Amino acid sequence: MKEVQVLGTGCANCRTTVRMIEEVAQERGVDIELQKVERIEDIAAAGVMRTPGVIVDGRIVHAGGIPTREAIAQWLKAA
Amino acid sequence: MSDLALAPRRWPQRWPVGFLVVAVTLWWLAYQSLVPLSEALVGWLPVVRESHLGDALAFFLYDTPKVLLLLTGVVFVMGIVNSYFTPERTRALLAGRAEGAGNVLAAGLGVVTPFCSCSAVPLFIGFVQAGVPLGITFSFLIAAPMVNEVALALLFALFGWRVALLYLALGLAVAVVAGWVIGRLKMERYLEDWGRQLRAVSPQRQAASLTLAERIESGLASVREIVGRVWPYILAGIAIGAGIHGYVPADFMASFMGREVWWAVPLAVVLGVPMYTNAAGVIPVVEALLAKGAALGTVLAFMMSVIALSLPELVILRKVLKLRLIATFVGVVAVGILGVGYVFNFALG
Repeated sequence: MKEVQVLGTGCANCRTTVRMIEEVAQERGVDIELQKVERIEDIAAAGVMRTPGVIVDGRIVHAGGIPTREAIAQWLKAA
Repeated sequence: MSDLALAPRRWPQRWPVGFLVVAVTLWWLAYQSLVPLSEALVGWLPVVRESHLGDALAFFLYDTPKVLLLLTGVVFVMGIVNSYFTPERTRALLAGRAEGAGNVLAAGLGVVTPFCSCSAVPLFIGFVQAGVPLGITFSFLIAAPMVNEVALALLFALFGWRVALLYLALGLAVAVVAGWVIGRLKMERYLEDWGRQLRAVSPQRQAASLTLAERIESGLASVREIVGRVWPYILAGIAIGAGIHGYVPADFMASFMGREVWWAVPLAVVLGVPMYTNAAGVIPVVEALLAKGAALGTVLAFMMSVIALSLPELVILRKVLKLRLIATFVGVVAVGILGVGYVFNFALG
């Protein structure tokens, strides 16, 4: 089980990122718990300066722009 | 798209240098054939070239591909440049800087650091948390949206490089001076409490070491994202501009947007604030107004106001800035833009 947080104020890129992570997780059969962080205070407190940001198991793996599918697969694979 | 992304790496990634050479060559050839192609196209249509409709069509058919071509080129190059400047790196460069030189550096970095107004607040907090002085943070925050690649590309396409360069210089000047003034006013206590209470972070200068192939990929991604988003606005803007070109009599604008009309500049700034079309939609219209006798300073002030002082961005910033600081920000930037307008109309016009 991987804890994945997507940080973003609900812009189009953030929604696309959420959808892509869900898709990749399903394709690869990875069990994830996806949480959307939309409050601007929480985003800033997490230390992410560009949205969408992605945090996997407490580690910031991405900030700014839509990630590639390869990158998502990489995050979900790494132990 | 979803299949492509998992497919084996595409050729721009395998032969990055070759891709750049081919792309630049194709771009250049396309650019060179703009005038003959558009004239041929208008000549082939069943309208008289010297009529109103002919004028409007020629403007539309020439300007649309020209603007889109230049925009694609500039956005691609800026996408590559952006890949060298992450906000984290910019923040590390600005932390603890002295005012003055720091404001200049911040404004300059605002142009080349990737920025989206939806991340304005986290970015703002991230800067302040890491010890970037408030005024310097503002210089960055003013320059980043105002001097953007879309505005510069459109100005270059429609007005030529002189106006584009002038816009760049004046946009930077407004950002530097406004940020410096806000810094002098010592308004740190007008940040919202939650923003001040976040723990301080030490800025880390992470080395962004990407390959050329990855930088090209980020350039292409910018093109897909930015050109993909703004092209309808550009088409609409050019269509309206074409209408003005073809049908509005010459010098029509001179009476109320001309150089002699002193109140036109403040009016342009005020009108610009609630308007939230991006640079893409407004610049083609503005170009047409200019051709009908509007003064360059008035028109530049309008553009800067539309882009730098947008209502939605102010609403977002309100989450972290108290009203007094927002009002100061708007006031200082508006005065700066007014200055630009008047300098153009009276000193340089």
